[in-house]
Amino acid sequence: MVNLTIDNRKIQAEEGQTILDVARKNGITIPTLCHNDALEPSGSCRMCSVEIGEGARAKVVTSCLYPVAEGLVVNSGSERVKNVRRTVMQLLLARSPESEQLARMAEDLGIHPEPRFKPSEDGSKCILCRLCVRTCETVVGVSAIGFSFRGPEKNVCTPFHESSNICIGCGACASVCPTGHIEMHVSPSGDVRTIWGRDFKMAACSKCGLYFAPEDQLTYISGRTGVPMEELMVCSSCR
Amino acid sequence: MEEKVSEIVQGYGGDKSYLVPIMQDVQKEFGYLSRDALTAISANLGVPISRVYEVATFYKAFSLKPKGRHHISLCMGTACHVRGAELISGNITDMLKIKDGETSADMEYSFETVGCLGACALGPIIVADGEYHGEMNIAKTTKLLKKLGKKV
Repeated sequence: MVNLTIDNRKIQAEEGQTILDVARKNGITIPTLCHNDALEPSGSCRMCSVEIGEGARAKVVTSCLYPVAEGLVVNSGSERVKNVRRTVMQLLLARSPESEQLARMAEDLGIHPEPRFKPSEDGSKCILCRLCVRTCETVVGVSAIGFSFRGPEKNVCTPFHESSNICIGCGACASVCPTGHIEMHVSPSGDVRTIWGRDFKMAACSKCGLYFAPEDQLTYISGRTGVPMEELMVCSSCR
Repeated sequence: MEEKVSEIVQGYGGDKSYLVPIMQDVQKEFGYLSRDALTAISANLGVPISRVYEVATFYKAFSLKPKGRHHISLCMGTACHVRGAELISGNITDMLKIKDGETSADMEYSFETVGCLGACALGPIIVADGEYHGEMNIAKTTKLLKKLGKKV
């Protein structure tokens, strides 16, 4: 166990935990975009920045990556931290002006767009945090999506910008996306889900008849776990 | 094609961390990285195609489009730029009828501009088929293209 101070509160934490973990466990709010408990932290969005140390040696670090240590002094809401978060958020707002999620988060944090940062006109809501790519790779285990190109053209896509034949249509990428960039549509009757430019036939629950998951996803789960398809054809509420 | 790629991958012991050198070798072999080549690399190395595509599009040194028999790179770095690389670019475009990053329809020439070749004192520089030509101007460029077989 290590003893540390976050926002003048003395806190005990286990070694190896990150500042973000400990802060959240103790009810201290730190905003994040690219963080997801199911994945290793990556520190790409910089929203979770906090200040550590005191006086002239104080420095700003990403709390999602920084491990706690004995005697560590953390300030999660200092002027310096607020300045960092404000600039980061303003740059992200200029990158993805159409993202409702970002706009909501900015409002919660009391941050207004900076007129100096010209809003991007490409209509993309992606902040290139890579959360979706990492989810598809490590949680789903499919790796159907990745980044392509670099610099201003960098974007998240399926290989060759074509509909992927290995994608299982699970929608995990759309679900973890912090800015609402990945679009997933469901047909009015619910029998077809469209994501990454491909239509997925949805399976209907064998008990209640409700469409609940793409057939490709169930086949994939069945193949990975060995659970027979008949058992998987029951939706979570009927199980 | 599949066999050649498999051979190259085996040459690196099938080690995933050699993805970039493998892609360089495959590009050297076929002149560019075709879709089939990328798929074959992915299958032979056990790296998802999404990741191979990511690497292939990230590095400027990899081309996903076929390159011409003669490859001309023109330096557009700061030093070359102020010494008139822009004019040379115009001359090449006029002569070969292809723009930056394109390949002529007869697959003879491909032309691209690059950031900096690291030989600013020799600017403006053209690299034609791996050979460096320094202190270029429009007249010398025309001569160079004629030497490469361009009929004017």
